[in-house]
Amino acid sequence: MSINRRDALKSMVLMMGGTMVGSTAILTGCAPENQIEGLNFSPEDIALLDEIGDTIIPDTDTPGAKATEIGAFIVMMVKDTYDGENQKAFVSGINSLRSNFKSENGSSFEDASSEDRLAFLNKMKADADAGTEEAKVIYMLKDLTVLGYFTSEIGATQALNFVEVPGRYDGCIPLKDGDKAYAI
Amino acid sequence: MANQQFDAIVVGSGISGGWAAKELTEKGLKVLLLERGPNVEHVKDYKTATTPPWQIPHRGRRTQEMLENHPNLKRDYVLNELNLDWWAHEDTDPYVEEKPFTWFRGYQVGGRSLLWGRQSYRWANVDFEANAKEGIAVDWPIRYDDIAPWYSYVEKFAGISGNRDGLDILPDGEFMPPMPMNCVEEDFAKRIKEHYKGARHWIMGRPANITEPLPGRAGCQYRSKCWLGCPFGGYFSTQASTLPAAVATGNLTLRPMAIVRRLIYDKDTQKATGVEILDAETNETVVFDSKIVFLCASALNSSAILMRSATDVWPEGLGSSSGELGHNVMDHHFRLGARGEVEGYDDKYYFGRRPTGLYIPRFRNLGDDKRDYVRGFGYQGGASRSGWNRDVAEINFGAPLKDALSKPGPWSIGFTAFGEILPYHENTAKLSKDKKDAWGMEQLVMNAEIKENEHKMRVDMMADAAEMLEVAGAKNIQTYDAGYTFGQGIHEMGTARMGRDPKTSVLNGYNQVWDAKNVYVTDGACMTSAAAQNPSLTYMALTARAADHAVSELKKMNL
Repeated sequence: MSINRRDALKSMVLMMGGTMVGSTAILTGCAPENQIEGLNFSPEDIALLDEIGDTIIPDTDTPGAKATEIGAFIVMMVKDTYDGENQKAFVSGINSLRSNFKSENGSSFEDASSEDRLAFLNKMKADADAGTEEAKVIYMLKDLTVLGYFTSEIGATQALNFVEVPGRYDGCIPLKDGDKAYAI
Repeated sequence: MANQQFDAIVVGSGISGGWAAKELTEKGLKVLLLERGPNVEHVKDYKTATTPPWQIPHRGRRTQEMLENHPNLKRDYVLNELNLDWWAHEDTDPYVEEKPFTWFRGYQVGGRSLLWGRQSYRWANVDFEANAKEGIAVDWPIRYDDIAPWYSYVEKFAGISGNRDGLDILPDGEFMPPMPMNCVEEDFAKRIKEHYKGARHWIMGRPANITEPLPGRAGCQYRSKCWLGCPFGGYFSTQASTLPAAVATGNLTLRPMAIVRRLIYDKDTQKATGVEILDAETNETVVFDSKIVFLCASALNSSAILMRSATDVWPEGLGSSSGELGHNVMDHHFRLGARGEVEGYDDKYYFGRRPTGLYIPRFRNLGDDKRDYVRGFGYQGGASRSGWNRDVAEINFGAPLKDALSKPGPWSIGFTAFGEILPYHENTAKLSKDKKDAWGMEQLVMNAEIKENEHKMRVDMMADAAEMLEVAGAKNIQTYDAGYTFGQGIHEMGTARMGRDPKTSVLNGYNQVWDAKNVYVTDGACMTSAAAQNPSLTYMALTARAADHAVSELKKMNL
């Protein structure tokens, strides 16, 4: 990657400014060439992501995504595994989600009812499926929520069937109603 | 100070080197086993073998840092946060790609025996005869009957599970009971057998995973985490299998962090007198003496050591008098096949994580079948039910999504083809004249590619997979070709081939270097052709056979 591209990514973070996600970015330190240097997220960002995650995978007869600290997981994954383009798309997507939710519902995502949150995210998904660029961050949110939840201790051992050491292989067994999928 | 003296030196501690060390020590020789990388102790050093998913930092996904630091490893599945230390890194161990070449190496005690796919198939006689019959390259100096007893010998000790299928193209061996097929595989395999009237077979894979205990090895626990090292000794590795046997003799000295620079060659006796190593910790050069040397450093590295040896006699190195050293690089070309959906079986599941799939032995260019290319290919694959990580695009967020993903998804089935690459003289791995690695040794320059025969074969490899899936009853069948770069099969072969004539081969019929009879090369370097089967079992058998020969020759004072 050229220096120019790296500088462009730095500028992108600066331009976002204000109280937006990623605003605590400190433009120092060492990051892989094609990532946003110093990208960071505030406790408020993580709290928002916890609520989004818990809307995608809620508390039912087993705990939901928030119980697995999904917000912290999502930001860690965005920081470590996303390239600069995807980090940029994620940050701006979350910023849009935040402001769009407020203008449509009159309150912040965190303060809204679970019904409003769910309706909003399902609508976002439908918009994204229909090609709306701005809504496509929902794919990232769903992907990381599903990944983080089902590989968490809660998800793997409560929502799924975690068999650490099977000890044998049965090639053909009946699947009964209510049987869970294997965690690994 | 006099050099330390051994009866035998084995270079490399992977599948071949572990076997050489076991056989030679058990026959009473004092053996020095050299390994260029660090020690990995059985069980103790399998640091991630029992790590649950939630303790895997990125849950198996690759970080940007990993991608940036590992431009070669990232070309395939090998780049994984759980065992990154077990793959040689590009920065310290670079090589030159004159043509694209993907070289995945395991630089630690156990080498790639810790990481291998464990598929263990005998070659058939047609594989050993093919070069001679078709006038390609040179004839193998051995036939199936020469190696068959050695296949049996290594299978019994290593532990191979499999079904006795009675197929000429894939001879049966000394198997432990096979792992079972699942419901879908069993039904589909029956349809294949009926439809092709015995000309094509879907059989259970034959992995070096043990279905019954062996001494010191509890056996496979169906965790399918083999490549993290198995605390149960469930699969064959140097650590689980050959190394403990060699250590038990009291005749073994294992020296990790010892990078072999060259063999010391004596012009007068026309033998090697030992090896020169670079101690990777102290940077000291040390020479060890021995009566015989087994090169098992992995195909291309064994040849590289030969190329750096006896250059005062042969500028291109020991074994280069034939002009074939560093030539005829082979691999298996793959990464294409087909997959499809399986309708029904909604009320069927399985228990356990089977560490192997099905195998489809070669069926092309056999009997009356004649194609516009020579040789053939096999497939690996199988059926399974998808899990939480499947796409359920149509389901709404919230409880419906959570509920859906908590249940097993639909069945699917797929196969990947592995094709034979012919031995082309112009496919080479040679030492660079100017580029060196972190140890000051010449980098290897890779110049190999697949040609017309392989490209024609790839058409069938993809189409035949789709056809069989259709016959078997799969729906929505899709073919795929993920592209292949040479070496990606991690089955590097050739560069010091066996043969019948010192003018056209580097090794004789017992894996001895024609130009230095007390040097044996028994890893992938020795291969005269590649067949379509996974090659490691053949290295094991050739190594045990060569070790037997070496000790017998030593006794006769012939070495």
